[in-house]
Amino acid sequence: MSFFRKKVYACAGFYTVSLGTGRKEFHPKKPRPGLEHYIKDAGLGSIEQIRNPEHIDEGVIGNFVAARFCHQGNLGGFFPYIHDTFQYKPCVRVEGACDSGGLALVAAVKTILADLADSVLCIGVEVQNSVKAVYGADYLAAAGWYSGERKKGHAYFFPDQFSQRAGACFDKFGFEKFRPGMAQWYVNAIENARKNPKAQEYHNRNSDLHATGMTSPNPKAFCEYINVFDCSKVSDGGAALIFASEEGLKKIGVDKKDAVEVVAYAQVQDNLTTPPPDLTKLTTCEIAAKRAYERANIQPKDLCVLDVHDCFTVAGLLAVEAAGFAGYGEGADFVKDGNTKLDGTIPTNTSGGLIGYGHPTGATGVRQAVDVVHQLSSRAGDYQVRISADRPYGMISSMGGNDKTVVAMIFRKTE
Amino acid sequence: MNLDERLQDVTVIGAAGKMGSGIGVLIAQEMAKLKLKPENKDKVYRLNLIDVSEQALDGLRAYMKAQLLKVAEKSTVLLRSLYEDRKDLVENSEIINAFVDDSTRVLNFGTDLAMAKNSHLVFEAIFENEKVKTKIYRRLNKMCGADAFYLTNTSSIPIGHLDEKAGLGGRLIGYHFYNPPVVQKLVEVITAKNTIDELKEIAKELGNRLRKTLVPASDISGFIGNGHFMRDGLHAISEVDRLKSRFRYVGAVYVMNRISQDFLARPMGIFQLIDYVGIDVFQCILKVMRTHLGDKALRSRLIDKMVKEKVLGGQYADGSQKDGFLKYEKNRPVGIYDIRKHEYQPVTEDWKKRVDAKIGSLPEGFVSWRALLMDSKKDEKLKAHFTQLKEMDTLGAELAMDYLKQTGAIAQDLISQGVAKTKDDVNAVLKNGFFWLYGPINDYL
Repeated sequence: MSFFRKKVYACAGFYTVSLGTGRKEFHPKKPRPGLEHYIKDAGLGSIEQIRNPEHIDEGVIGNFVAARFCHQGNLGGFFPYIHDTFQYKPCVRVEGACDSGGLALVAAVKTILADLADSVLCIGVEVQNSVKAVYGADYLAAAGWYSGERKKGHAYFFPDQFSQRAGACFDKFGFEKFRPGMAQWYVNAIENARKNPKAQEYHNRNSDLHATGMTSPNPKAFCEYINVFDCSKVSDGGAALIFASEEGLKKIGVDKKDAVEVVAYAQVQDNLTTPPPDLTKLTTCEIAAKRAYERANIQPKDLCVLDVHDCFTVAGLLAVEAAGFAGYGEGADFVKDGNTKLDGTIPTNTSGGLIGYGHPTGATGVRQAVDVVHQLSSRAGDYQVRISADRPYGMISSMGGNDKTVVAMIFRKTE
Repeated sequence: MNLDERLQDVTVIGAAGKMGSGIGVLIAQEMAKLKLKPENKDKVYRLNLIDVSEQALDGLRAYMKAQLLKVAEKSTVLLRSLYEDRKDLVENSEIINAFVDDSTRVLNFGTDLAMAKNSHLVFEAIFENEKVKTKIYRRLNKMCGADAFYLTNTSSIPIGHLDEKAGLGGRLIGYHFYNPPVVQKLVEVITAKNTIDELKEIAKELGNRLRKTLVPASDISGFIGNGHFMRDGLHAISEVDRLKSRFRYVGAVYVMNRISQDFLARPMGIFQLIDYVGIDVFQCILKVMRTHLGDKALRSRLIDKMVKEKVLGGQYADGSQKDGFLKYEKNRPVGIYDIRKHEYQPVTEDWKKRVDAKIGSLPEGFVSWRALLMDSKKDEKLKAHFTQLKEMDTLGAELAMDYLKQTGAIAQDLISQGVAKTKDDVNAVLKNGFFWLYGPINDYL
């Protein structure tokens, strides 16, 4: 029996350039587009691909922390700003830290499944370059438990959380085995980003990425076990994707063949006030992936493309394990062996991921889904991977906080 | 009295100048860190920032606050541990603001030299004028305790001479920071024959605490930094004289500036550097050195003329470049001062092309100083660059190799005259204080 009681489709995906350091057009002291620009840009980018935008029933906007980065709340109010015909239609903003985008996808799918709408425009957005990184780290630390963890936490709270994971992995699996895997993750991310004109690292011309990835950490200024290249970027960006029922596709004027089917999702929530049970594992991500596979009635081998939440290189390696592609402690070797490259056994983060494309936090989950949808509908451009008939599935795994809030969503190429 | 005790009351004289204000920032953060230690909670720390005008001090207040904020933003990892006990400070922003507040609280701004009377450590960074410096030190010596130590930022006046004139009895040391002191790693340390050992130790410990690279120089006017820079600048000026018949004066200035910057892979051209330092400062240092060394060659008619015409270079309060040999827009040279016409001649692309054609191109594959700075293979690349230059038959290559040779000879002279003890010391000064990618004593010739 299918997990969903009716068919849900995703189509008309779009995302903006991820703006921040690395992009040639980025200058920290020059004025930049604001939050509403990215919402509008992403929304228009999506609805320009459909015939009848006026038939979009609802909106949902995923955003983490605009109230601090941009002093902006009430984001639903920017839904009608995208298009005149959206005036007086429903829109909610959802938040789940860096998984806000993932939750937006879930909210959109639920609305379709609940028969409350035939089509939902799902948007993710974040603008983070408004403050220096040292202050941005404060805002992003809200993804952890503020009253329980922040005071004793590091200046760069989240990088440090994952630095501790890296340290634990070095202890458990050996530095020599694990560290080069992290560096290889960085290499893959940049190499893929160079094929994606919207990626923040698109202009990266570094000729020795592996050496850069292996840069020694500087604990005085940053973290103990990771360097800045192990981290995703500080980014501004937006992403949009339309979810629709079969009826909805007809109404908005999209052929089923141009859409991708959403076959299952799992949203899993861990307790924010407890530390992770095992620093060398992404336990919640693993539960989410397992549930999603069960609900879709498939196995990891049925996937032809994967997009995981590599907010840090160590998270990328552990996420590949959590998605069932490598055994416990084997993620580093799996990546070093080339399995996650565009021509590997499971192409992963094909557009660059959070490290290569960028990580406009609230947009990320939606951006991941857009990339998987593009892959399954053969619209991924220079980073298109091979989609074979016997492996027609793709999955995203999107994470908020330190493995606290997770969405895994599985998509299937339409017949 | 140890350094921690001395750092309880410190004075900077000439605090609103570009060197004094930087020294102020460095010392203020050290004092704030000391103050944050639990054992020092009840102690009062005081940094007296003295300058001649209220107006200058007003600008200094804003500068100190902005700089201390920058420092705090860069040291947040450390600051979180220093403020560990403050339960009310949770976010980085709260801790950064607390540090800025705590460190600005030690600052005491004023125009009265008497503010220094309780200081155990006095930094002096006023302009290079022996008479004024002597007068200030004499007054300080009367006011301050017999255990006060004095650190002068002079870049040319012999320390022993100053000490003797002011009667400081060996309590003066040369502590020559480079501009801007907050960023530049180099401090030239000049001890006179009678400098007392305790002061030498304190100066060393302070340098380590400030994470500076200390390079010893002998007490010979100009020391290593200006000993090299003045002669290096005079070489370029003499080349201009030689080249002006061929390029006219303006063209010759352009050529030597370009040779020193692009062909020699330096951060800025020699005339831009003289402008950065200030043409009047350059003249003043030449005069001090000429007087103390008795070397008449340390003079330039061109520099004297520029000063007479009040074309002085130097910097505005916001750090932007004032016009000198070159005219600047957004800190980039856009014109060259024509000393005969008393006006700036714009540097157009067409004009540059014509002059560049006469000196010839750079070796193939050569990249700028900026690009080389972060390049792990910069040594190899520089070697290849100079090897190619040596083989090229262009005027540019010839001028560049001559300049390289000259610059090396100046450095060798500094060693043979005993100004620097080793070639490493000279190279360290040029690399750390002038941001050269390579030392003047090298194997590129």
